Amino acid sequence: MNIVVLVKQVPDTWAERTLRPDDSTLDRASVDGVINELDEYAIEEGLRLAEAHGGEVTILTMGPEKASESIRKALSMGADKAIHLIDDGLAGSDGLQTSAALAAVLGRTGFDLVIAGAESTDARMGVMAAMLAERLGVPQVSLASKVEVDGSQLTIHRQTDYGYDTVAASLPAVISVVEKINEPRYPSFKGIMAAKKKPVETLSLADAGIDPGQVGLAAAATEVISFAKRPPRQAGTIVKDEGDGGARAAEFLATQKFI
Amino acid sequence: MAEVLVLAEHDGETVKKVTGELLTLARQFGEPSAVWLGSGAEGGRERLAEFGAAKVYLAEGSDFTDGVVAPAAEVLAALAGRTSPAAVLMAATGEGKEVAGRLAVKIGSGVITDAVGLAPGDDGGLVAEQSIFGGAIVVQSRVRTGTPIIAVRPNSVAAEPAPAAAAIEPAGVELSDAAKAVRVTERVVAERGERPELTEAAIVVSGGRGVGNAENFALIEKLADSLGAAVGASRAATDAGWYPHQFQVGQTGKTVSPQLYMAVGISGAIQHRAGMQTAKTIMVINKDPEAPIFELADFGVVGDLFQVVPQLTEQIEQRSAN
Repeated sequence: MNIVVLVKQVPDTWAERTLRPDDSTLDRASVDGVINELDEYAIEEGLRLAEAHGGEVTILTMGPEKASESIRKALSMGADKAIHLIDDGLAGSDGLQTSAALAAVLGRTGFDLVIAGAESTDARMGVMAAMLAERLGVPQVSLASKVEVDGSQLTIHRQTDYGYDTVAASLPAVISVVEKINEPRYPSFKGIMAAKKKPVETLSLADAGIDPGQVGLAAAATEVISFAKRPPRQAGTIVKDEGDGGARAAEFLATQKFI
Repeated sequence: MAEVLVLAEHDGETVKKVTGELLTLARQFGEPSAVWLGSGAEGGRERLAEFGAAKVYLAEGSDFTDGVVAPAAEVLAALAGRTSPAAVLMAATGEGKEVAGRLAVKIGSGVITDAVGLAPGDDGGLVAEQSIFGGAIVVQSRVRTGTPIIAVRPNSVAAEPAPAAAAIEPAGVELSDAAKAVRVTERVVAERGERPELTEAAIVVSGGRGVGNAENFALIEKLADSLGAAVGASRAATDAGWYPHQFQVGQTGKTVSPQLYMAVGISGAIQHRAGMQTAKTIMVINKDPEAPIFELADFGVVGDLFQVVPQLTEQIEQRSAN
């Protein structure tokens, strides 16, 4: 099975994240980059499916030079090879454009299964699997908390607000995963050493056959008009429980008309 | 006046609260038309009318009740082509955002997700407010290509009635085979009693590591029930298996914006704050006075939750009984 896992490098969520004042895009330079957390679950699921059914796991990343750190981590977990779509012209691309660029690469590489994390911790749109399925014309089997492959049949548990749906489709397909699906492995020392020798193909827009006029900030379909730090919340009333903490909390709720 | 398409959220019988909110927001930009997929439109029609839907486009059948995302996107794309709406609005739920994403690709329009506010800009165009990076930054954005597609978070605005006809009209869309390629074969509903849905609830009571074990979550549930609230949990609690994963509030779980959020035994790591920081009022109960969650508290009690919570529950029940 030819499995492609999408990996995005994001700013570490423990750091203070901000937008750049000049073009209102994510400031990636001032903070450490890490692999998007849910993408680790996607990698793990790809590795497990390849181990169970045979096949190869390819990492696909779009991002600046720095993103190669995340690619290495994915390879050290056990993925076989990687493709890094890297081009200054991609900077500032929105979800629509990113999906177009990734779909162009996936169209070249071919795939049986594309696996993504359900959302990234920076943009948090949660749309990539849906957009890619739409562009590639294959089933979208997303928000999976469990994945089973039987021949060309795919069955997942799709997380919903009320529990989950069992959803069936056939390969090739695009899936996205939620964190409940597995426990990502840590890279072993052997894995880290082996990753250094694994092939990483870098592609420019021209290499991937992507029209530079269709991607990047200037052509984005959405734009930030302005942004500001949220004003700090007004300091609240903090009381120490002296045996009446519950009663005082109830009093507060009453004054706020919640009860 | 231009139409504004609003994808109705419903469970096959009743309309969810967020749909009234979306219709209220939609009225700023034109005449709202609800889009109802699947069964139950007759039952839901009254509320759609109450909040200002002039029309209800209806697409029925098993392709909608058992389909996943693609059928909804296809119907909305066809309706958008036919009606040239001022905007298309849906709820920023997992599924709603996916519908927004597919629709954006289909009609080549920009999409904004997780809007917490929507207002006309200087040029009359639609400006969306988002709260990003765990609520640290507030962003105003707009769609500059095509029809604005906006997924709006539940509880972003109070629904205000503005009666309209809600005339049902068949959507008249023939689905492609591709849109039928994914089927729901079973729906599994987790037990949540009579509680409201987490993302829709006006009040959410969440428990964290301090709750200690699964059994103790009964305390959280009892407090929630005294307020008619939904129950949430921090990642520490769901990872430990104390409470089901779908109730997790935070960066890798649900984002909620209730009127009142009560964090019980939750320290308030950024991962949790990302999911609840836009709550209007925040109450904290935690024994550690240094817990970062107190920074967000409008009212906080430093104390043992096993003392404070039962007392609070009892007081609420007494006051409600009077």
